[in-house]
Amino acid sequence: MKRLAYIVPLALFLFLAGLFAFQLTQPKDEFVKSTMIGKPLPNFALDPAAPGLAGASRADFMNGEPKLLNIWASWCVPCIAEAPQLEALAEEGVDIVGVAIRDRPEDVARFLERYGNPYSRVGADEISELQLEIGSSGVPETFVIDGKGVIRYQHIGDIRADDVPTLLEELEKAS
Amino acid sequence: MRVLAMLLAALAVFAVPALAQQAMPPAPYAYTQIEDPALEAEARDLMLTLRCLKCQSQSIADSDAPMAGDMRHQVRTRLLAGQEPEEIRAWLVDRYGDYVSYSPEVSQTTWPLFAIPVLLLLFVGGVLLRRLGRRRSDGGEAA
Repeated sequence: MKRLAYIVPLALFLFLAGLFAFQLTQPKDEFVKSTMIGKPLPNFALDPAAPGLAGASRADFMNGEPKLLNIWASWCVPCIAEAPQLEALAEEGVDIVGVAIRDRPEDVARFLERYGNPYSRVGADEISELQLEIGSSGVPETFVIDGKGVIRYQHIGDIRADDVPTLLEELEKAS
Repeated sequence: MRVLAMLLAALAVFAVPALAQQAMPPAPYAYTQIEDPALEAEARDLMLTLRCLKCQSQSIADSDAPMAGDMRHQVRTRLLAGQEPEEIRAWLVDRYGDYVSYSPEVSQTTWPLFAIPVLLLLFVGGVLLRRLGRRRSDGGEAA
């Protein structure tokens, strides 16, 4: 009985020390994931982000074809890094709808001129309204939306070359 | 010197786009209080318990991140539209999960946090009662 009085606290201590050591060596996942996967897009209608572009609305996602919804901005550095991957996806025939966050039309136009325009439409979200509605917490983020306007998949951060097959696969799954 | 200049140039490349997100005027209610002080107080109480998604250790009331401003705008306009503070919190939790709220909820993953202190208190109380009871009866025999 007396021995137990030493063993139990020691075991508890070792368990907690081990737990802390393990958790402290785990890489921290700083991303806040959307909990809107499997839920439909909200109603929205965004004006074109620059002259000559088409705006974006919920109705654009309802034609039966899965699409990518890309949250980006001209002021976002990783968005430059993902531009070639978006271009590659567009070349594969993927319909990409852009949403420009807190952006000025002249900046949007300059960005698209410089890094290419893979988008079928680009809507302007000046106060992150749609971004907050779909549970996106940063720029860039990319959502797979199925043909009925339901959110199916979220990619957080810039799209790297090895993310392209995953996105194509998720688009395939959504169709 | 040249290294410094290069470093500064590199920094400038990153600094310019980061500043550009503030080139747009902030959302109407990002930095403007609601005229009704009672409603603004409700907004403030709620904003202090909502996490900024950009700078995750700050509340949206404390944060100067543009996204926090956009979240404050949502809180204030929704209050003005007649929504209850808890309704607005639920709206955000629906989109971002419990993490967005600083006000703890009992849920499938958090219930041990609430149960463990209660169990520990019960256990300690039980041990204490047994020991005190034993001592008292010991004392009784000695007397």
